[in-house]
Amino acid sequence: MIAILGIKLGDPAAWVFLAFAAVTCASALVVAASRNIIYSAYALLLTFFGVAGLYAFLDADFIAAAQLLVYVGGILVLILFGVMLTHKIREIKLSNETTNPIVGAAIAGFVFLALAYVSLYTNWDVVDRPASPTTGEIGKAFVGKYLLPFEASSVLLLGALIGAAYLARRDKEKA
Amino acid sequence: MHPLLNFAHDVLPFTKNWPDWILYGSLVFIVAFGILNTLVAPLTGISTYIERRLAGRAQYRWGPNRVGFRSMLDALPITRGIAKLGDMQPFKFIGSKIPGGLLQFAADGLKLFTKEDIIPAQADQLLFRGAPYVILAGSFAAFAVLPVSFHFRAVNLNIGIFYILGISSIVVPGILMAGWGSANKWALLGGMRAAAQIISYEIPVAIALMTAVMLAGTMNMADIVETQRSGYGMEKAGMLGWYAFRYGGLMLVPFVIYFIGGCAEVNRTPFDLVEGESELVAGYHTEYSGFRWSFFFMAEYSNMFAVGAIATTMFLGGPLPPYPVQFTESLFGPMGNLGMVLRFGEGFFWFFAKSYFFVLLMIHMRWTLPRYRIDQMMHLCWKVLIPIGLVWFVLMCGVKMVRMEMALPPEKDAVAEVHK
Repeated sequence: MIAILGIKLGDPAAWVFLAFAAVTCASALVVAASRNIIYSAYALLLTFFGVAGLYAFLDADFIAAAQLLVYVGGILVLILFGVMLTHKIREIKLSNETTNPIVGAAIAGFVFLALAYVSLYTNWDVVDRPASPTTGEIGKAFVGKYLLPFEASSVLLLGALIGAAYLARRDKEKA
Repeated sequence: MHPLLNFAHDVLPFTKNWPDWILYGSLVFIVAFGILNTLVAPLTGISTYIERRLAGRAQYRWGPNRVGFRSMLDALPITRGIAKLGDMQPFKFIGSKIPGGLLQFAADGLKLFTKEDIIPAQADQLLFRGAPYVILAGSFAAFAVLPVSFHFRAVNLNIGIFYILGISSIVVPGILMAGWGSANKWALLGGMRAAAQIISYEIPVAIALMTAVMLAGTMNMADIVETQRSGYGMEKAGMLGWYAFRYGGLMLVPFVIYFIGGCAEVNRTPFDLVEGESELVAGYHTEYSGFRWSFFFMAEYSNMFAVGAIATTMFLGGPLPPYPVQFTESLFGPMGNLGMVLRFGEGFFWFFAKSYFFVLLMIHMRWTLPRYRIDQMMHLCWKVLIPIGLVWFVLMCGVKMVRMEMALPPEKDAVAEVHK
């Protein structure tokens, strides 16, 4: 079988993986490059979906579903609300023009090379075993070893929620 | 080599020359096509049939109860003769037995096929065209993990119910896509309302479902069904083992919360202010026509069925019959393959009977109840359902913890509870 970067091209799963990877990368490009902010927001839907697919390929089933639930069902909808309530969305004047393209390209290229080097030359720990469910392990970790960080972050989120509700509330005396 | 590829090579020898990925891709396509056409399309068809007939009766519009084979026969001169023959004396019992309304959904489908597909000039072409597919994909994907019968489902996913919650959230961006892409104020307002409503009601729905998940100790739909086989200390519990009727009926509260939230999530009356025609024409699908429009309705009816199926699985034992399942197991067990088929049919029957009970309930509610106002709807969600759901979740946690503390095996204690 032909193999490129460890991907066996004869394996149907490899093609599904490549499709997910291609969708993720292409839609991420649209998010960054599109002039129409609505298209950017919807390309983000495909990006989130593709990332969830990649999680599924890593046997991280719980994370994959959580990715959809939190990012697509929550954050993306919030972004869409914001974008759709924007005035005159089709004729946006960009206030931030491109500056320092050479330096930016250099940094981007360096980051890309560094990531490519790491992904190609790291001795990845390949485990040859069937997928095992992760949900139970995650649950035990949350209420066992990592109980304090878990509770601390949930208190933080609760504080943010109360703060948001307080800020959004209409002042009764002024109204 | 994938077993599916081997199978294709055996059945169709000429595919051996094809590259694997083309063959695999086309197989995936064929399987998806088959699932859509054998499971989802008939389900939505049956649901529309029931809805049309009940709506017709509720509103004294008899048309949908008449479009049967008879009126089709009457359409052509030759077949009209046959129909007339059916009215004559010796055959009269046949003529009167021709089912009414049976062809209504076929007629609806044909009408939608042949209607002109209008796209408004100002609409965003890409979003307007894409939206029906996104919504339909989101609602169909939930079918993958439904335990339709004993040991029978498309995927045995460890995170079953969580997957459904996750994948169905794709519907919300789809609805916003339709609302914004239509370039229509009513559509945009309807889309916004829909999104706000669905993401609000996701919370009580998830809390109610998680209560059952907490009691079952698993998110796998098939395992949740298995935990409902026995209960109250009886191996042969029958319907007393279902979560809705266990723990002295305490679980009826999350069950009702789930059903109310489910109705709101699929935008059914009394929560249909998304498409409240007195205010918003038709909401997010105002500008759609023809087959694109029918996609929204296929999504709505398959969502209705999915809500019923999830309620059935999580609270009413899924394919488990109301009598002790051991009864039919001992009856069909020795019958070999025939017994397996009978067992399968039994689970299939109970699963669909229970799910369609909920679909019928939703249809009856639609033609009985008036619509909520938007502030009432939000009040119900945030100030009624969510607090009750949270309190009940903690309560059921307490019940489970007490039983664990007393070292009571999950199902073997409650005989006293019942006979007290």
